[in-house]
Amino acid sequence: SITGACQAIQKLTRVRVVDNSTLGNTPYHRPPKCIHVYNKTGVGKVGDKILLAIKGEKKKALIVGHKMPGPTMTPRFDSNNVVLIEDNGNPIGTRIRTPIPYTLRRREGEFSKVLAIARNFV
Amino acid sequence: RVSSDGKPPKFQPPPKPVIIDRKTQKEESRFLSPEFIPPRGRTDPLKYYIERKDMIQRRKVFNIPEFYVGSILAVTTANPLASDKSTRFVGICIQRGGKGLGATFVLRNVIEDQGVEICYELYSPRIQAIEVLKLEKRLDENLMYLRDALPEYSTVDVNMKPVPRMEHEEIPVNKVQVRMKPKPWSKRWERPKYNIKGIKFELPEHKMQAAQKWSQPWLEFDMLREYDTSKIEEKIRKELSEELEK
Repeated sequence: SITGACQAIQKLTRVRVVDNSTLGNTPYHRPPKCIHVYNKTGVGKVGDKILLAIKGEKKKALIVGHKMPGPTMTPRFDSNNVVLIEDNGNPIGTRIRTPIPYTLRRREGEFSKVLAIARNFV
Repeated sequence: RVSSDGKPPKFQPPPKPVIIDRKTQKEESRFLSPEFIPPRGRTDPLKYYIERKDMIQRRKVFNIPEFYVGSILAVTTANPLASDKSTRFVGICIQRGGKGLGATFVLRNVIEDQGVEICYELYSPRIQAIEVLKLEKRLDENLMYLRDALPEYSTVDVNMKPVPRMEHEEIPVNKVQVRMKPKPWSKRWERPKYNIKGIKFELPEHKMQAAQKWSQPWLEFDMLREYDTSKIEEKIRKELSEELEK
C-alpha cells in the first residue's frame, strides 16, 4: 500500500520534478525520493536544497512548493515540487511551467538562474 | 353627493395608492459576515467588542464584499517581491475560518495542472482589493473535498469577467455533485461526521453502509452543544448599522 504524500519534505519523501529536464521526466520504475535535506532540521521547506535519488543517481534539487500549509498569504501546492539543480546552483532544465511562489525572489542571489527559467509566479 | 348650493361638488382627488415595497422589507435578512459572531466560551464580551470596533474601522476604509464558501473571488495583494508590487490571485473560496480580526478564507485554483491554495487574512493591510467574480453558495460549508475531486471542479479561469448580479436577488445555490478521484482520499469524506452533500459517491453500497457505523445520531439532540446565535446576531447587526452610519 502507498501512504499519502507527506506534507513537508524530509528523508524518503517522494517528490515531483517540475522542470523539463530529461532526468526528471523520463519514466523509471521508482519515483524520485529525497535522501538528505541540507538544513539544520531535517525538514525541507520552500527554498531549501535537498539531495534526490533519481534513476539510480544522486542529484541536488531545490524545493519550490510543498503540501504543508505555510504562513498565511503563501501558496500551498497539491504536490511536493522540486527543481533539479547542479552543485553550483545552475538548473538542469530549461523551463518551469508550474507556478513558483514569490518567496523565492527574496534570495535572488542564489536562485537567480532558477527564477529566470520560471514562467509563472503565484 | 350633497350639492352645495346647486354647484357641482368639490373635486375629491382619488386616494393615493399605497405602495408596499417588498424589496425594502427584505432588508431584515441582511448578510452578517461569520467572523463577527463571537465563539462560544467564557471570555469577556469586551474583548469581542473592541475587536469588532477595529474590524468596523478597517471596513470603513476598505470594502470587504459579501461572499460565501463556493464563490469565486479575485484578490490583489501588495507584494514587494513582485514586479508591479502587487499580485492577483483568482480562485474558489473553499473555507472561511477564524473569528474577529484573524478571520481567514482559503482560495483554491488549478494553474497549469497544479492545484494551488492560498489562505488570506480578511483584515490584513496587505490586501489591496477583493472582488467577487461570481457570488454563489454550495451545498456544504467546507469544500476541502475539492482537493480529492477531479481537477476540473477546482479550475477557475484567471481572466474571468465578473458575473453581473442584481441587488436583492436570492443568492444562487450551486447544487453540483462533484466526482472524486479514486480512493485513497485525504479524509474519509463518506463518513457522516463530515456530512457532505456535494459529492457524487460512486462507492459500492456496502462501503457506504460501513461508513454509517461512525454516525453519531445523538449529537443533533445534544442540548449542551447548542449555540443559538440569533439574539447575539441581532445585537451585532444593530451595532454595525450604528457604527457604519457615523
